Amino acid sequence: MTGVNRISGAGRLTPARTARFTFDGRTLTALEGDTIASALIANDIHLVGRSFKYHRPRGILSAGAEEPNALLDVSRDAARRQPNVRATVQEVFDGMRVSSQNRWPSLAFDVGGFNDLLSPFFAAGFYYKTFMWPKAAWHKLYEPFIRRAAGLGVAPTETDPDHYASRYVHCDVLVVGAGAAGLAAALAAANAGAKVILCDEQPAVGGALHYDSGSEIDGRAGYDWALATGKALAAMDNVTLLTRTTAFGYYNHNFVGLVERVTDHLPAPDKALPRERLWQVRAKKVILANGAIERHMVFPNNDRPGIMLASAGRTYLNHFGVAVGKKVGIYAAHDSAYEAAFDLRKAGIDIPAIVDCREKPGDMVLAEARSLGIEVLSGQSVVNTSGKLRISSISVARNGGGAARKIAVDALLVSAGWIPSVHLFSQSRGKVTFDAATERFLPGTYAQECLSVGACNGTDDLQATIDEALAAGELAARAAGAEGGVQVALSGRNAFEWTGGMIGAAEGAGQDTTVKAFIDFQHDVCAKDIRLAVREGMHSIEHIKRFTTNGMASDQGKLSNMHGLAIAAEALGKEIPQVGLTTFRQPYTPVTFGTIVSHSRGNLFDPARKTPIHAWEEAHGAEFEDVGNWKRAWFYPKAGENMHEAVARECKTVRDVAGVFDASTLGKIEVVGPDAAAFLNLMYTNAWDNLKPGRCRYGIMLRDDGFVYDDGVVGRLADDRFHVTTTTGGAPRVLHHMEDYLQTEFPHLKVWLTSTTEQWAVIAVQGPRAREIIAPLVEGIDLSKEAFPHMSVAEGSICGVPTRLFRMSFTGELGFEVNVPADFGQAVWEAIWARAEPMGACAYGTETMHVLRAEKGYIIVGQDTDGTLTPEDAGLSWAVSKKKPDFVGIRGMKRPDLVKEGRKQLVGLLAKDPQVVLEEGAQIVADPNQPKPMTMLGHVTSSYWSPNCGRSIALAVVAGGRARHGQTLYVPMADRTIAVEVSDMVFFDKEGGRLHG
Amino acid sequence: MLLIYCPYCEEERSELEFRNAGDAHIVRPANIAEISDEEFEEYFFLRQNPKGLIYERWRHIHGCGRFFNAVRDTVSDRFHVTYKAGEPKPDLDAEPKTNETVETYEALEGVAE
Repeated sequence: MTGVNRISGAGRLTPARTARFTFDGRTLTALEGDTIASALIANDIHLVGRSFKYHRPRGILSAGAEEPNALLDVSRDAARRQPNVRATVQEVFDGMRVSSQNRWPSLAFDVGGFNDLLSPFFAAGFYYKTFMWPKAAWHKLYEPFIRRAAGLGVAPTETDPDHYASRYVHCDVLVVGAGAAGLAAALAAANAGAKVILCDEQPAVGGALHYDSGSEIDGRAGYDWALATGKALAAMDNVTLLTRTTAFGYYNHNFVGLVERVTDHLPAPDKALPRERLWQVRAKKVILANGAIERHMVFPNNDRPGIMLASAGRTYLNHFGVAVGKKVGIYAAHDSAYEAAFDLRKAGIDIPAIVDCREKPGDMVLAEARSLGIEVLSGQSVVNTSGKLRISSISVARNGGGAARKIAVDALLVSAGWIPSVHLFSQSRGKVTFDAATERFLPGTYAQECLSVGACNGTDDLQATIDEALAAGELAARAAGAEGGVQVALSGRNAFEWTGGMIGAAEGAGQDTTVKAFIDFQHDVCAKDIRLAVREGMHSIEHIKRFTTNGMASDQGKLSNMHGLAIAAEALGKEIPQVGLTTFRQPYTPVTFGTIVSHSRGNLFDPARKTPIHAWEEAHGAEFEDVGNWKRAWFYPKAGENMHEAVARECKTVRDVAGVFDASTLGKIEVVGPDAAAFLNLMYTNAWDNLKPGRCRYGIMLRDDGFVYDDGVVGRLADDRFHVTTTTGGAPRVLHHMEDYLQTEFPHLKVWLTSTTEQWAVIAVQGPRAREIIAPLVEGIDLSKEAFPHMSVAEGSICGVPTRLFRMSFTGELGFEVNVPADFGQAVWEAIWARAEPMGACAYGTETMHVLRAEKGYIIVGQDTDGTLTPEDAGLSWAVSKKKPDFVGIRGMKRPDLVKEGRKQLVGLLAKDPQVVLEEGAQIVADPNQPKPMTMLGHVTSSYWSPNCGRSIALAVVAGGRARHGQTLYVPMADRTIAVEVSDMVFFDKEGGRLHG
Repeated sequence: MLLIYCPYCEEERSELEFRNAGDAHIVRPANIAEISDEEFEEYFFLRQNPKGLIYERWRHIHGCGRFFNAVRDTVSDRFHVTYKAGEPKPDLDAEPKTNETVETYEALEGVAE
């Protein structure tokens, strides 16, 4: 037996195929194909959770993706645990563990239920009003308490061991939803020869045909037709049928995101399979056949376990073979609920009454009810319910008052009508219009290439739905260019016509402010809360939504939005369209992070760039730092050395002997062409015409606003060829900046730009013995002081490998930068190292490079400048040509604010106590005793311990800084105030003699 | 994600391959060194940020690398046309603006008082 409520002979599951699972530790038996919800109801379990705010007992409300209540914690093993899984969507597999949420110590006895008694204090907006004061208590007291008390599932703590896949796909026609409308549309489009993707969130096609027992299509039972049609479509080469696949987001230009749940229903999934797959679909045409969602009745205590949507009652019976109770009441404002009564009665279930708040239910359903002997109480309403953990009775009274009659039930099916699912249409930026006659929002003006068909388009009749869908399918296929095929015709018939419907509060959920008539189950929002919001001055639906949190839970108000809107409109004395509708946002239903992230995790999250010398650095114990995506050798600690000691040793060694440094990450751009010099004249502040081939120059690049953008050394190899270097982080944007001007402002210049960053490995050899180290390895270049002075470049070979050899220095020492093709980088490095090491030279990393350049006052663009410094501010006016008629930034840097007195300027800063190393980013003031907030003059941009100066050094930007030379300023810190003296920026070898060694 | 037609590659490609580069048809003055502060402000800083059709620049940065121009409706994100850099500004007065159909996000989100 797979549950006391399983009706033999009913439903479509196979009785022999069982699956065992646990619910809160209790072992239950389900049938294969059951959802958790159907399996629990089969076992007569309706109570599955506690509500978000009041901790009220809650049951299963729906049988679909719209479920607000039945959110459970589902796990396969310790690491594969997911909270807030909708019991109505998740299929049972053998060995599954299911737990209820938001209850302690147990589901049946929950201490938090105390909140329900305190609920008069928990009205909408309560948190905003009550926890305002004292301010400090929010973080320490209120928020942690509220977060513990409210909320639903608990996030998993273990790393997700599953993998996820992602793919892009193009198609002619994407059909969302495989109910009668979607299947018909897909059939027509596929027959016309279009490339079609048809997706549906359920495990099988059929949509509403799953439960709509009376419908017929093409002379067969509707669901049988659906299965056969799905099979036929899946067999077509031009059709991709995706089940368990939700179209969760409709984005620009017909880009639709689908998530396919691949393994969540399998007891032992193949490890090679992804758990979920993201389909990023670009469709020429989209057909939306999303269907409609039934909404509940808003009446007092309408949230007891056992109260469910009528369509859910039919789904559990007709598809899963499960009766939702033994004595099932019906409360309706719409004819569709009657069919639930009919189906259940025919299955032998007792239907004590159909309570219909309308005076005149539809004739067809009324006649059938009479012939089945079901009592219909029209013009009456359910004014209350009772039953602690499950509904036990309803109180029914005539509309307008009168004595209530108590009717015993163990389940109550409700229907207030249907809400067309315009979610995806609205996400596509289509504009909905309100149909006053049927009180529903329908697709109005389309913004993208899509069409809505069937129930989501407000089409109720099955034949009309099919006709509309077939026409749309063919139209979409033709518009996408499909030319083949024959037209399809299908007949369809509903068992009953449907009339009626209501939105807003029903009888008994009137103005009383203590009655709990829920509209949003997941966020515990009642009709009275909406009215309170209006009384407190919220007039826009957007404000009402945020004040009450109606529709802000993970179900995004699929059931509650229309009720909330109608109650707000009534309270405001306005028509519904005047109050407006909140926007439907992606995703339609929650999507796991795993699906969105897909393969982009761990090492694949962000690529790591490694230089050609990386392996050697790793083997020699380098610590690495991230610079953009690059992994750069940071320092090379010897055994027992900490970072400070290693850097101090490297700094001394470079200046005493020599050091070898991997500068391969430096950005490099080859600028070639007859107008190369003219182009660089425009891109850099310096003049390049007079730079002779074989010479280099330090260049400053500005933006047109006059601020420093990048810097680097440019070598001229020939009249028409320059080797430009950029900062490590700046390489891509500098090339983009150059391309922009070349292509769009100076297209007359004959220049070609090529990024060569990764083509050259760069080995900097710096220090007094640098020449001695490389000289024996170099061929074809005279390295003498006279033939190859500071700021020279030459082509030759090193270790038999072609090289572009620069004589330049970012350390202030005699130095060379050896550029060799990247593939030879490590071999040449090793050859250089083999000579350097015995001389007592060291390999050094970026930290030492930073200290050495700071000792010389060489700036780093992006560290010592921040995009608001002009060349003048940075002390680089010498590099700005006074003669050129134009360069990028020439006008911007003359703007009044950029030339006025008192701007922040880059200066040196020496702490009075030479042992004190300032903090980078620390603020600088003139008077540390001034009242707060103090006037800040600037901040420290670079600060290091300088082993070569034997003291701390710093660079800083300070207002009017150069005029303050020698002044004492102060750096206030949390625990002390540090006195500093403004100095020039060169701290070591002020004459610069070492550079020319 | 937008689908953008590169007039150089003559293909529609995904937005992932492109980078927006701001307003189009803003010419850097040939005598930029001499222009007044007001003229510089106009050239460098002031932009219309229109609701409706915008003439803007894109670069097919992960494709051919070329900069080109596009006319896009900022309300619907529909591209009316893309064209090569240097080509004249197309006359789009006859083109329907999405403005008239989908109004604004605000209109979709609720009616302001």
